[in-house]
Amino acid sequence: MPKEPVAVVGIGQTKHVAARHDVSIAGLVREAAVRALEDAGLTWSDIDAVVIGKAPDFFEGVMMPELYLADALGAVGKPMLRVHTAGSVGGSTALVAAGLVAARVHRTVLTLAFEKQSESNAMWGLSLPVPFQQPLLAGAGGFFAPHVRAYMRRTGAPDTVGSLVAYKDRRNALKNPYAHIHDADITLEKVQASPMLWDPIRYSETCPSSDGACAMILTDREGASRAPHPPAWVHGGAMRSEPTLFAGKDFVSPQAGKDCAADVYRQARITDPRREIDAVEMYVPFSWYEPMWLENLGFAGEGEGWKLTEAGVTELDGDLPVNPSGGVLSTNPIGASGMIRFAEAALQVRGRAGEHQIDGATRAVGHAYGGGAQFFAMWLVGSQPPPG
Amino acid sequence: MTDVLSAPLVVEFPFTRSLGPVQSAFLTGLRERTVLGVRADDGTVLVPPVEYDPVTANELRELVEVATTGTVTTWAWNPFPRRDQPLGTPFAWVLVRLDGAATALLHALDAPGPDAVHTGMRVRIRWAATRTGAITDIACFEPYEGEAGPDEPTHHDGEFTDPVTGIVAPARLDYVHTAGRAQSAYLKALAGHRTVGERCPACRKVYVPPRGACPTCGIATAEQVEVGPRGTVTTFCIVNIKAKNLDIEVPYVYAHIALDGADLALHGRIAGIPYDQVRMGLRVEPVWAEGAAHPDHYRPTGEPDADYDTYKELV
Ligand SMILES: [Zn+2]
Repeated sequence: MPKEPVAVVGIGQTKHVAARHDVSIAGLVREAAVRALEDAGLTWSDIDAVVIGKAPDFFEGVMMPELYLADALGAVGKPMLRVHTAGSVGGSTALVAAGLVAARVHRTVLTLAFEKQSESNAMWGLSLPVPFQQPLLAGAGGFFAPHVRAYMRRTGAPDTVGSLVAYKDRRNALKNPYAHIHDADITLEKVQASPMLWDPIRYSETCPSSDGACAMILTDREGASRAPHPPAWVHGGAMRSEPTLFAGKDFVSPQAGKDCAADVYRQARITDPRREIDAVEMYVPFSWYEPMWLENLGFAGEGEGWKLTEAGVTELDGDLPVNPSGGVLSTNPIGASGMIRFAEAALQVRGRAGEHQIDGATRAVGHAYGGGAQFFAMWLVGSQPPPG
Repeated sequence: MTDVLSAPLVVEFPFTRSLGPVQSAFLTGLRERTVLGVRADDGTVLVPPVEYDPVTANELRELVEVATTGTVTTWAWNPFPRRDQPLGTPFAWVLVRLDGAATALLHALDAPGPDAVHTGMRVRIRWAATRTGAITDIACFEPYEGEAGPDEPTHHDGEFTDPVTGIVAPARLDYVHTAGRAQSAYLKALAGHRTVGERCPACRKVYVPPRGACPTCGIATAEQVEVGPRGTVTTFCIVNIKAKNLDIEVPYVYAHIALDGADLALHGRIAGIPYDQVRMGLRVEPVWAEGAAHPDHYRPTGEPDADYDTYKELV
């Protein structure tokens, strides 16, 4: 029996900000879930299961918060699952939910991811003083910056490319009412003049720390036929993982990322991603990861990613727009960041992305990674149901 | 396994909590010696109150005031109170259904011994002398033989002057961390200023620091291989921002260093050279500080730079 086609019929997110002091964690996730239900024209009783994701529990200090969130998400008496794959978790959470619908285990699933970073300090949560281990000597960006330098060395990319990405994403964010950073006065010169925190990474090329949640309603063919707005259809989805550190690990272009993308394209029958895909939401926590992932995900040949960025191909009006929402660089509630990418891809093919809509987008990719380039998740959604 | 090192690991953080409307009213109420519950869709009163109905998932906002007296629904004796628990002397953990409420609240009961506690016993709140808007505003419960409170709770608008909207919830976890065989041997060698990794019997890769198993082959490593002391900077960044917990003057260079003979790079600080002259391929050696478990930093050896092709697989 073929898999059940999976449709995204509802999407909701909170206005992402540095701190939502006005709501509890329950109130935060509730807001996104209610908006997704409204978009789908459904009520709590229409939901068969809830799949939730967030980054490590130390980020808020609530152990297994999904237990306490069952009331807020209408999960009482229904299956509720928690997914946990570090920064990629929002993506893998959506894929677990999609799998439940595709396998006809559940017909309509609420999937949601969140982070309320203002309740703790993510950097603290990631650098516990484990005895006998040499502490990380560099702070948050210090883990990533050497990999960026390695990319520049390998490809000969000029050091101006990172600022172009940040300038683009922050301008895109101005068109997205849910984005955290709305810097109306942004200029390329300002990005270039921002302090070099972890050379070669500048302050304006780093992601913020946000409070926010994102929710989606996934359903089967019959559910999609009743949806009040056009659905997005899942054409392919995959997850891959590899160790954080091993001999032969390629941090610039991890094998697991390549394999994940190749699997998605195979499922979606994509042979030329650059031509066949209309919009990409990829997980870019530091601006240089755009050219790196363009290569890793097969949109550019090795050493060619930065050329697409430099030529304006990834701009909102370019022929391969990347992060029309403003991306992780503009909004980063860590656990939700992956799902926001997946949701933005779906908004694009549903034609519901508002001011950052790519005209006529019919196929879009959502991508997430996390855990020191350890976990990868990606899906491809289309405006039409998958063939067959 | 006496050679395996272990040490305490204390994880401690003052988490903050934004309360939202219902918890804000509940905790502010405690500060004012008022216990609030919330009325669920089925009419029952939940104490402590919740924001969303456990059955219908509807938002709940109808607050009511319940009594400060109640009945123990179940309990467990705690003979050895630990730090930060409600009472310093042995006490009972109790679930108390306050008069007027349908659900029970977890707290401590001050009682002389387990023989003085039973399910169904009547208790009342003993308020803390200093109250801030926290669950600890209830110091504990105490046995009470007086009048029961009203069964029917009274409406409360949840409004207080100067409401508590957020709290700090300090958390502390005490672990004992064990380093394991491979890391213990590695640290023992480091104490003698030798860097000893382990080779995978299948892929032949040398892991530094060793983890006792090869992460790609999934099999145990045991063959010890001394590497270094010299190595090559494979990539790096210049840190210009002072990290909260680090006492290092900025700017400094944080580098990935492939020690000669190792198949993956480890991390270290580069010094003994101006920060803006550090480059990929720079040859370095460790500099040890008295009594430190790891090299303090690495400094240039003065050798010619390594050719990119000799280390590009390790970048
Ligand atoms: Zn091996």
